[in-house]
Amino acid sequence: MKIHDFHGGIHPPENKKQSTRAPIGSAPIARSLIIPTQQHLGLASDPVVTIGQSVKKGELIASPVGRISAAVHAPTSGRIADITELPVPHASGLSAECIVLETDGEDCWIEHQGLDDYTQLEASELIQYIRDMGIAGMGGAGFPTDTKLTLGNDHIVNTLIINAAECEPYITADDTLMREHAEEIIAGAQISQHLLKPTHTLIGIEDNKPNAIKALNSALANTEANIDMVVVPTKYPSGGERQLIQLLTGIEVPSGKIPADVGIVMQNVGTLQAMHRAVAYGEPMIKRVVTVTGDAVSHPMNLWALIGTPFKSLLDAADLDRSKLKRLVMGGPMMGVAVEDEQIPVIKTTNCLIAATIHEMPDPPPAQACIRCGMCEQVCPAQLLPQQLFWFAKGKEFEKAKNHNLFDCIECGACAYVCPSSIPLVQYYRFAKSEIRAEQVEQRKADHARERFEFRQSRLEREAQEKAERRKTRAAQAAKAQAERKQAQAVDPSTLADTQQDAKSLKINAAMARTKLKKAESALKNARDKGLEGVETLENTVAKLLQAANEADAAFNRSHTDTPSTNTESNTTDHPNDLKTLKQQVSIMRTKLKKAKASNLDQSDIEALEQRLKEATQKHQEADKRLIDLAFTKGVDLKQLRIDLALAKANVTKLERAIDRSQDSEKPALLKEQETVKAQYEALNTQMKPFV
Amino acid sequence: MPMIQMSSPHFKRNNRSAGVMKTVVIAMIPGIIALTLFFGWGTLIQLGICLIAGLIFEAIALRLRARPIRFFLNDYSAVVTAALLAVSIPPTAPFWIGIVGMLVAIVFAKHLYGGLGNNPFNPAMVGYALLLVSFPVQMSQWAMPFVMYNDTGWGIPSLLDTANTIFAGAAPMVDQYTGATPLDILRNQGSYTTEELWRSNDTLIHGVAGWHAVAAAWFLGGIYLIYKKIFTWHAPVSVLVSLAFISAVFYGYDPSNFIDPWSHVTLGAAIFGAFFIATDPVSSATSNRGRIVFGIGIGVLIYTIRTWGNYPDAVAFAVLLMNLAAPMIDHYTQPRSYGHKRPRLGPKG
Repeated sequence: MKIHDFHGGIHPPENKKQSTRAPIGSAPIARSLIIPTQQHLGLASDPVVTIGQSVKKGELIASPVGRISAAVHAPTSGRIADITELPVPHASGLSAECIVLETDGEDCWIEHQGLDDYTQLEASELIQYIRDMGIAGMGGAGFPTDTKLTLGNDHIVNTLIINAAECEPYITADDTLMREHAEEIIAGAQISQHLLKPTHTLIGIEDNKPNAIKALNSALANTEANIDMVVVPTKYPSGGERQLIQLLTGIEVPSGKIPADVGIVMQNVGTLQAMHRAVAYGEPMIKRVVTVTGDAVSHPMNLWALIGTPFKSLLDAADLDRSKLKRLVMGGPMMGVAVEDEQIPVIKTTNCLIAATIHEMPDPPPAQACIRCGMCEQVCPAQLLPQQLFWFAKGKEFEKAKNHNLFDCIECGACAYVCPSSIPLVQYYRFAKSEIRAEQVEQRKADHARERFEFRQSRLEREAQEKAERRKTRAAQAAKAQAERKQAQAVDPSTLADTQQDAKSLKINAAMARTKLKKAESALKNARDKGLEGVETLENTVAKLLQAANEADAAFNRSHTDTPSTNTESNTTDHPNDLKTLKQQVSIMRTKLKKAKASNLDQSDIEALEQRLKEATQKHQEADKRLIDLAFTKGVDLKQLRIDLALAKANVTKLERAIDRSQDSEKPALLKEQETVKAQYEALNTQMKPFV
Repeated sequence: MPMIQMSSPHFKRNNRSAGVMKTVVIAMIPGIIALTLFFGWGTLIQLGICLIAGLIFEAIALRLRARPIRFFLNDYSAVVTAALLAVSIPPTAPFWIGIVGMLVAIVFAKHLYGGLGNNPFNPAMVGYALLLVSFPVQMSQWAMPFVMYNDTGWGIPSLLDTANTIFAGAAPMVDQYTGATPLDILRNQGSYTTEELWRSNDTLIHGVAGWHAVAAAWFLGGIYLIYKKIFTWHAPVSVLVSLAFISAVFYGYDPSNFIDPWSHVTLGAAIFGAFFIATDPVSSATSNRGRIVFGIGIGVLIYTIRTWGNYPDAVAFAVLLMNLAAPMIDHYTQPRSYGHKRPRLGPKG
């Protein structure tokens, strides 16, 4: 089996011997366990227990939410004391929802049993069973295992790789697990093989674990499993998913893709063992091996710890000397997270606790200038240019950083480990990544807003267009109706053939009648003023003429109503002579015209509208004039009356305002005045009434 | 929760920039010894002048830039610059040559650009180039290798004599013990062919041994630095190979008028330049492939300037010209990152 190589890598002091001297011990059951509802990648699980409820060991306490999530079970028997936000093992240092279990020390199991023969089950049933058992990756990220096992559905998986590299210094959890439970690991691997049906299954292990290699080999000899051991040279970070794939297969997982895209699925030995326990014995994932090491503990070792066990009880089990403790690291020294709260609990991905002294992990010396020595570049397993990325991150040139493949950085820390200027390079990359991500979120928001705005604009445009279209069809219909009416009139023998001609003559008649009337009226007035004789005769004439004029007007109006008009809106009204309606129509037309002009309609449309406005105005004026004439016959000067009324109204409001502003002393006088003004206004209004 | 979150990795290799610089200085010791043995005490005196001047200028510049003086003096970068300049200038050059060179190198070439790590040009070479252009007479009078003036045995001018020349400018010393370098002689061959020169010129007959010894010492130091992983083989090898290749082509075409590759590589500053100047990380190209391009450029420019230019040796100018090109080389020589089909090229990244 050819072993390939990956670029770069480092050889930090291993510090693994300390914790492998003794077999895996058992951590004492802590008085209370703190069980986060999210110990895995994906969505946090939903608690299904209530505070005060008693639970047995292995009982479901939080069920998965959504596709990528993992169930959580009670690690031991006891009572649910609380469900609250508590510090969890996460780089952010933030708190998250935890179920606090007060243990009763009985460690009393719920009834459980494994599957008799998992090969008899449908694949989907077996995967669901594994999901119910809360199995999630124990190597690092905590990816829910059931999701990984379904990868076979939409990917062709040809290689299953079992990650036994454990390349980070200090950590020996997988090493000791392999030494002691090699058979269970192989059995777990066979479950994965059954589900994924790979053509090859490889175990990738570093050559610094001879005992584990021996144990696995003898376990393999006892089975018929088609699994190959591949011993790779010790080099950090050979246990990185992508690096191990490259070591074992020579294949690089394309940037931005997952291993399954190139037909590879990788699983950690711890996960496989847990999966085997679940399938064979019905034990959900409630415990794991944790390495407790570092120079500050006097008995570095590996412990079976229940999920939720606070770090404190593990450290105490290994005899921590707190006076020597300088830094407490969860995980390995290269990628782990420093924590200060010993109440933080063990979760499914907690593989190691390092209680380091100041000699082991001294504070980093102050960073010096980057001299671009390129040592970081020589060790970068992703073959990036860390020194360039550093300059870009420092100068906030994020676009350039992105173009230099910043997002292919796996944050293994090899660059920072070798940097002679002790620049915290990984921190710079994390900063740049989070800044870019924040920028992308902002960008998405802005894009969303812009899309919404554009959508609204197009909707408004569409609506305007539809309106215009409707108007056009309406106009066409009206024109058609008129044409029909015209035809009907044309066949009527009693009507003049040419209605327009008719209207014209009628108009002339009416005008002539009115001129005559006016002349007679002025004559009458003159006669009255001068006290001349024949006033009576004149009065008769005026009355006759008025009648004639009104008749002529009425005739004209009748014909006029029938006159074709393009004004469809104004035609809809039943009372063309109603002054108020006419006035409204004029104002409607005016607004329409204004709108049409503002919305850049066709010039021809605007002209049509203008024409219609002109007609409406004319009609209104004519109606108004008729009203004035009518009033005149009743001895009322409507024009003057209107002016007087407006003045009176203005006076009333003016006085009202004056009263509001006035001093108390002035009020009585003003009120009196208001009374008279109001009376005047009322009188005028009564006079006006018949003409409104 | 902790106020300051320590970020991973939680431990690092015990190496510092100062350590890198010190290793470079250590690697220069064989070369300095060889220079002293074959060209007299002058090299050591120049080294002293440059060191003192360099540290003083560095301190003043740091003071003016309001930077912690001790912290930055401890990075040993000024020491390396001083050593590089000291071995580049003629051992018998007047004392102020070194001082002016260091002023330019430290203050102008380094601190005016923002200090260590920000200088686009190799500071020592900027200082050297300025001296070469401004004081051609003082800069072209190299000491004669000891074999030239003493046939009876090992004998170099006494420390006192040398100091007298350097500080007081004692003239006889200059006439007696200094002259052109072998490359200079070969370049300005006059009516002789290359073969005739090798047979007739005293410097060439007796002097090359000294130059070869110095080149061997620099080579030793360079190998040590590669072994210590201070730099990779890419830049020095490509400088020397490209220089040897291009000179072999022309020498093969016309041996009478062109200098042979062996002399090109060993008789000038080529080996010193390849291992100690072209490898300056700050001002060179950054990726391995980039360093190869960078080195080839230097090799070709060295040959070009030596053969058709005005200067007998050309390492400084070649390096400075390639320093100019380094950012562009970086754009076009990015490595192919894991998971990518091909490297990105061009200034967009």
